[in-house]
Amino acid sequence: MSLFDHLPILVVLIPLLAAPICSLFRHGIVANRIALAAAWTTFGVAILLLKEILSNGTVRYQLGGWEPPWGIEYRIDILGGYVLLIVTAIAALVLSFARRSIESEIAKRRVAIFYAAFLLCFAGLVGMTITGDAFNVFVFLEISSLSSYALISMGKDRRALSAAFQYLIMGSIGATFILIGIGFLYMMTGTLNMDDMARILPDVAETRAIRVGFAFLTVGFGLKLALFPLHLWLPNAYAYAPSAVSAFLAATATKVAIYCLLRFLLGIFGVGFSLGVMPFDMILIALGCAGILSSSLVAIFQKNVKRMLAYSSVAQVGYIALGIGIATQTGISAAVMHMFNHAMMKGALFMALGAVMYRVGSVRIESFQGLGRQMPMTMAAIAIAGMSLIGIPGTAGFISKWYLVTATLEVGMWPFALLILIGSFMALIYIGRILEAAYFGTAKPGIVVQEAPIGMLVPIWVLVAANIYFGLHTELTAGLANQATAALMEALP
Amino acid sequence: MSPDTLLMWMLLLPLFCAVGIVLARRNANLRDGVSVVFGIALFTVVALLANKFSWDSAPVWVLAEPIPGLALKLSPEPLGLLFALIASFLWPITATYAVGYMRGHGETNQTRFFACFALSIFATLGIAMAANMLTLFVFYELLTLATFPLVTHAGTAEAKRSGRIYLGILMGTSVAFLLLATIWTYHVTGTLDFTRGGIFPAGTDKAMMSVLLLLFVFGTGKAALMPFHRWLPAAMVAPTPVSALLHAVAVVKAGVFTLMKVAVYIFGIDTVAELNSAQFLSYLAAFTILAASIIAMSKDNLKARLAYSTVSQLAYITLGAMIGTTAGVVGGSMHIAMHAFGKITLFFCAGAILVASHRTKVSDLSGLGRRMPFTMAAFTIGALSIIGLPPTGGTWSKWMLVQGTLDASQWVLLSVLLISSLLNIAYLLVIPMRGFFGNVKDCEHDHGATTGINEAPLPCLFAIGMTSVGCILLFFYPDGLHALAQEVAK
Repeated sequence: MSLFDHLPILVVLIPLLAAPICSLFRHGIVANRIALAAAWTTFGVAILLLKEILSNGTVRYQLGGWEPPWGIEYRIDILGGYVLLIVTAIAALVLSFARRSIESEIAKRRVAIFYAAFLLCFAGLVGMTITGDAFNVFVFLEISSLSSYALISMGKDRRALSAAFQYLIMGSIGATFILIGIGFLYMMTGTLNMDDMARILPDVAETRAIRVGFAFLTVGFGLKLALFPLHLWLPNAYAYAPSAVSAFLAATATKVAIYCLLRFLLGIFGVGFSLGVMPFDMILIALGCAGILSSSLVAIFQKNVKRMLAYSSVAQVGYIALGIGIATQTGISAAVMHMFNHAMMKGALFMALGAVMYRVGSVRIESFQGLGRQMPMTMAAIAIAGMSLIGIPGTAGFISKWYLVTATLEVGMWPFALLILIGSFMALIYIGRILEAAYFGTAKPGIVVQEAPIGMLVPIWVLVAANIYFGLHTELTAGLANQATAALMEALP
Repeated sequence: MSPDTLLMWMLLLPLFCAVGIVLARRNANLRDGVSVVFGIALFTVVALLANKFSWDSAPVWVLAEPIPGLALKLSPEPLGLLFALIASFLWPITATYAVGYMRGHGETNQTRFFACFALSIFATLGIAMAANMLTLFVFYELLTLATFPLVTHAGTAEAKRSGRIYLGILMGTSVAFLLLATIWTYHVTGTLDFTRGGIFPAGTDKAMMSVLLLLFVFGTGKAALMPFHRWLPAAMVAPTPVSALLHAVAVVKAGVFTLMKVAVYIFGIDTVAELNSAQFLSYLAAFTILAASIIAMSKDNLKARLAYSTVSQLAYITLGAMIGTTAGVVGGSMHIAMHAFGKITLFFCAGAILVASHRTKVSDLSGLGRRMPFTMAAFTIGALSIIGLPPTGGTWSKWMLVQGTLDASQWVLLSVLLISSLLNIAYLLVIPMRGFFGNVKDCEHDHGATTGINEAPLPCLFAIGMTSVGCILLFFYPDGLHALAQEVAK
């Protein structure tokens, strides 16, 4: 076996091993360099993996050479490779952005520990994405969750502690539910390997234990992905976490949870069971719509811009849930596409907020007054990423909205199409509030604010450019999402 | 140059112009010269392209293909060429006017102003040349965004409030209704290309098409059909050149142009005639014509009066598109041009009056004709064209529209058109009448001389002269325009 065959394990191993190394150093700068190197290498590996998947199909890797279903198997199909690409790209960009932001927001002695926790969280998310073993999902979920509690609690604001605690409680309940769910599945099928489970499950699907297991799993993942009304932990966690953490978690953590949910729904239970026999499609549609409307509305009235965008994230999860709930090829691929596009726009937005935090020291809407002149590049980034969030044509957000609306029309649910577009309009209002303050507000006299340093601007603008690029060329986003969904939906009975 | 190259330059010229303006920001004369030179070049390009046009060899320029099978692409057709001709002809004139106005009025942030102006023209030409509904939608939204900084140019609380209304209504309707209608149409037909005779396959459910038409029309907020017209009076807070070119020509015409395109190339004229909702919409347009005229009469602020007059005149075009007759479409298309020349003249005059005498109210204009004879004379010509009286171009378009209502045997609509012409006289001609025959009124804004000629700066007068002469020429030589409009309805 050459090194090339070990790519699937490398992608987890690199961040997982780099984490303890980071914590050994006292100087933040060394830890930063190590984390950066680890993240970019992982990103490179993820690209190689995706290429491999696209040319040779699903990549399988047996840990320690133990054959499944006895050993743990890593299995990366197109969808996995796609999500892996999102997670690693965002991690690499956020870490490139993070150095100055972290230095200003976190006590010096904790910086190295911060990078260690960040890498652990990253490794956990990557692991959840690539594993083919149900219990392993739980293990990686806990790795990422525990480290993200730590990351959030490092926020400068004291409220970060209570936010982290709230997330800890809710997240643990979610994780426990997932574990119970997996337990039920194991009890009925006698295996933990996902493929194996999927094979055996149809024989025992008509049992109460499976249904209960299904319920536990969906509620558990619902908590992790902040599905309305299980989203209560999210706004505070994102609002008070260090800027870089908000950017990373907003762009990746919920996406991976959604991916895992999809894995279980489509890859194990099968569309027919999860979105047909069980009424989960209706539940997803209803909760998705409620999430879109209520969270967008709440976002409009937020004074803290990070909280505003956090609520907006809940609304975006609503779009994704709606797409999955429609349960057609177009609907689910619209959801998958929106995972990618939302990661790009929210990543850019939260990083730009990080830049504002770095220069101004606050992200309340009043502090944006006059920033349009003082930080033109940062505000332009917010404007463009904001347009993508609204779904203005020419940006990535438009593409996901287009497919999502098409999906609702295909099944004749045109009121939902209107609802999606009303959601866009509400996004226009809250993004408009930020831009209005930035461009029409007058700065407080005497305070001079400089443009963000170039090291921050570059990662932000890479994502902003991606938002535009993927608004015009969708072979990667929409093309892969369609392929991935088609593969998932036809692989099963 | 080949038509393909011309088409490319049509979009690139205004874009380069915006860049040029920003680069030349240090030298005001150079910067303002850039707009005029690029404007003239652009008109030349459009005219060359229009001259060479034929249905069979129309160039196509594909920009990108964001959704498989659905590209962002541009291709000229007669209606688009007509619109592009008007916009590109009036742009250098407005740019000249704006130089006089902005300096005379001491406006700030002129670089941003002129750059956004060029961007708006870019978006307008994109709308005019769009080969399918998706492309049109993209440029439609771009136009809203590019004009937003122009509307809020003053930066005052009032400008901000107006900006909110502007963005709220235009974006809100387009995102909620127009986009929905577009995606729905694509879902039903599998294409969004503008095609002669429409794209709906025969036997498509009429009720659904009715709903779609409603969504299209209400989604096109720029057409200012009531009840989505509030943004237009709100936009009058912008500097006058913006009101003149954008809110009398580019933006509002983009709205009715979209409706025309939808009626002619998405539904097809014959199909529109069969739809119940088209009937409803033509009556709504008739209501808008009358209601807006009556509101215009009650407005004392000159620009507000002109804005409501625009709302009313736009509804003429909407009506022409919705009655589903050839004459209606021809009349509507011609009215896009005729109203453009008439209304831009009126706005130019309003701006000239503001710059020269600082008056904004109709009631303050008494006797002003003796101080600004040239401006007031031009105002009269513009007003005549809007009303539709000889010797101005507006005569022909109103003629065709009336003929359209006759062809469709819509007696109610016919009488609305006639009554509205009377109302136009009442609220427009009264202004020059007061100006020439009213008693000179002392106004607190007057600085020094109250007698003698005191006209606006020369660039303003030049622009006013060009457009008012245009109104008259269009009466004597409407053939070219008529031929293009005929081509649309073929």
